[in-house]
Amino acid sequence: MTMVAACPGCVAAPLALKHAENHAAPAVVLSLPTIHCAACIGKVERKLNAMPDVDSARVNLSLKQLSVYGDDLDTDTIVAALKSIGYDAYPLDVGMLETRQDSVGRNLLVRLAVAGFAMMNVMLFSVAIWSGATDTTRELFHLISAAISLPAVLYCGQPFFASAWSALRVRGLNMDVPISLAILLATGMSLYEVLNGGAHAYFDAALSLTFFLLIGRYLDHHTRSSVRSAAKELAALEVHQAQRIEDGKAVKTPVSSLAVGDRLLIPSGVRVPVDGRLDSAQALSDRSFLTGESAAITLAKGQQVQAGEINLGAPFEMTATAVGDDTTLRRVAHLVEMAENSRNSYTNLADRAARIYAPAVHLLAFASFVAWILIDGDVRHALNIAVAVLIITCPCALGLAVPAVATAAIGRLYGLGFLVKSGTALERLAEVDVAIFDKTGTLTLAGGSARLDHLTDEQAAVARGLAQASDHPVSRALIGALPDAPAATLTDISEVSGNGMEALWHGETVKLGRGAWLGASFDGLGLKIGEQAAVELPLHETPRQGVDVALQGLRDLGIPPQILSGDRQGTVSALARQLGVQDIHAEISATEKHTYLTELQNEGHHVLMVGDGLNDTASLAAAHASVAPSSALDASRNAADVVLLRENLDDFPLLIRIARSTSRLSKQNFAIAAGYNAIAIPVALLGYATPLLAAIAMSASSITVILNAMRVRFVR
Amino acid sequence: MNVLLILIPVSIILGGLGLCGFLWTLRSGQYDDAEGSAARLLLDDDEPDKDEPVRRS
Repeated sequence: MTMVAACPGCVAAPLALKHAENHAAPAVVLSLPTIHCAACIGKVERKLNAMPDVDSARVNLSLKQLSVYGDDLDTDTIVAALKSIGYDAYPLDVGMLETRQDSVGRNLLVRLAVAGFAMMNVMLFSVAIWSGATDTTRELFHLISAAISLPAVLYCGQPFFASAWSALRVRGLNMDVPISLAILLATGMSLYEVLNGGAHAYFDAALSLTFFLLIGRYLDHHTRSSVRSAAKELAALEVHQAQRIEDGKAVKTPVSSLAVGDRLLIPSGVRVPVDGRLDSAQALSDRSFLTGESAAITLAKGQQVQAGEINLGAPFEMTATAVGDDTTLRRVAHLVEMAENSRNSYTNLADRAARIYAPAVHLLAFASFVAWILIDGDVRHALNIAVAVLIITCPCALGLAVPAVATAAIGRLYGLGFLVKSGTALERLAEVDVAIFDKTGTLTLAGGSARLDHLTDEQAAVARGLAQASDHPVSRALIGALPDAPAATLTDISEVSGNGMEALWHGETVKLGRGAWLGASFDGLGLKIGEQAAVELPLHETPRQGVDVALQGLRDLGIPPQILSGDRQGTVSALARQLGVQDIHAEISATEKHTYLTELQNEGHHVLMVGDGLNDTASLAAAHASVAPSSALDASRNAADVVLLRENLDDFPLLIRIARSTSRLSKQNFAIAAGYNAIAIPVALLGYATPLLAAIAMSASSITVILNAMRVRFVR
Repeated sequence: MNVLLILIPVSIILGGLGLCGFLWTLRSGQYDDAEGSAARLLLDDDEPDKDEPVRRS
């Protein structure tokens, strides 16, 4: 660009426009978790724009995403290009992401802008009137205010009217009923007063009510939609491409276009995309997501393979028998969604408050109306007072207090690596008094560590040689535990399915595998060289970083942790001893977990469930509050209230502390609003309320409530 | 008081212009990436662009 611009904004704005007008969906969207500054944007965009197939590339720093436009783009090349300049990129499934235009949010913003514009103009006239404008001037100002307010109120108030109407239609009351009534009555009565030359008009009150409440509504929407899109991104990260075998060659195909009968190639370490039948002679698969059992299982030709399993052995071939919504995984996910809906019967704080508040407000206004008719018989005066009462008691705090606190808290938690899926989740988290942890994948990470000091150099070398030949997680853990050992040269290496590895070393048979297979007395992993006695290789699962800190923190908060696992008793109690947890239940099925949890809740406990597997989903959905790590299955993440974005668990107690202070601050906010009401209502009831008083009471309480909400940022 | 007849429309029109401006920024997606826009200010624009090469005299 050769033109000389007065400021950087003049250059940036047309550029931004150029991209915004590019409405066509991007061909490739990638997640770039490590970008964080202007230099990153420049580096990434320059690199990609220099690539021949790329039309344009644009980084969104807020979402940490990169959109690439162009025809015939190859995702792998782009990922490799980004890798070469030091950024890890993960392709996202474009179809799974939200459409880029957030129409509801924009709609609310437009209404907010219109309300703000109208409020400021009307406030100008109101200030003139409050300062003493009289007669014709006052009437003129009132008329202009009416001309601005009427269309503005009717347009901006629609979200409230719609919600109130849907509640009234089923003969219910929600927060929006008193809100709509106050806005409409205030406008209507002011209009009547103005046409009859009255002194008091509440146009500014009606508009500022609408304005403040729209802010609350927008905050609420914004939190929910940003969390939803983050959750969508997690879902879009999962593998959505499979390798279909066409004419003997493996071709990359989107999972959504797979059909029953397709033959698929599953590379090692990849998750099986659909249900199917095994075609290869055998396969080693990790079913821990479904059963919680950490040991891998061996499948023989013709056996069922389920979507969600991870291939731990050599690549295998399978024939799809169920795709899309028919897979076991999806069916379970559907069940979970239904269970979810039943939990949604939890009423949040604001709604519980509204249930008491709404009828009280209506009764109070009606009572004041009747009382004033009895006192002086002037219907117009009585109506005036009733409307003033409605305006002053209008639940600004209810509409603003809870979303303001929730937005601040959820934003803070997102920065700490917790994706909180709803505001009510925080309220429920604040109430938990027991925490149940799943073991595999939640407290521990895949793989493990071994203590191998007792091995001779020779044994270590053989163990490493055997382990190197296999993809099994146990082998990988073993290699990690033997960083310095040189690998022995072995011949005739073969994998004995379900048992271990076997090879020849200096003419002797060497074996690495299950104790029973080696003819040893122990059950765990062992190594046998020739005719020597087998040596045990004790293997421990690696606990997640910060688990001990997290569990101790929970105990300090009065939440005793328990472990519920589908894994073997020995493995579970070893970990429990290491972490100092007394209460453990091992070898229990998904149904038993669910039953145990429901019993606890029936005893009056509020249970926090933390788990990741498919065997945990029912419990996650049934628990009072639930947390899942981001490595969990889609179904479990959907069932959970909070998703952990980091591997580290250090900050886990902070999640509970923030949740508790969120609900404390919400209650404080109600108290603040009630305090303002306690002063203003008697004044209104006695007939001394003026539009000025209403405006001050409303703005002051709204601002105090927002400022108080910000305190959630300082919780330690 | 005649001055009001001019000032009032002027103030409303000016406010309306502000409103229109805001709606325009909203429609053209300038709030989609607030963090990115802040960071982009620091980018060097004088680096050669692929489709618009800089012609030096």
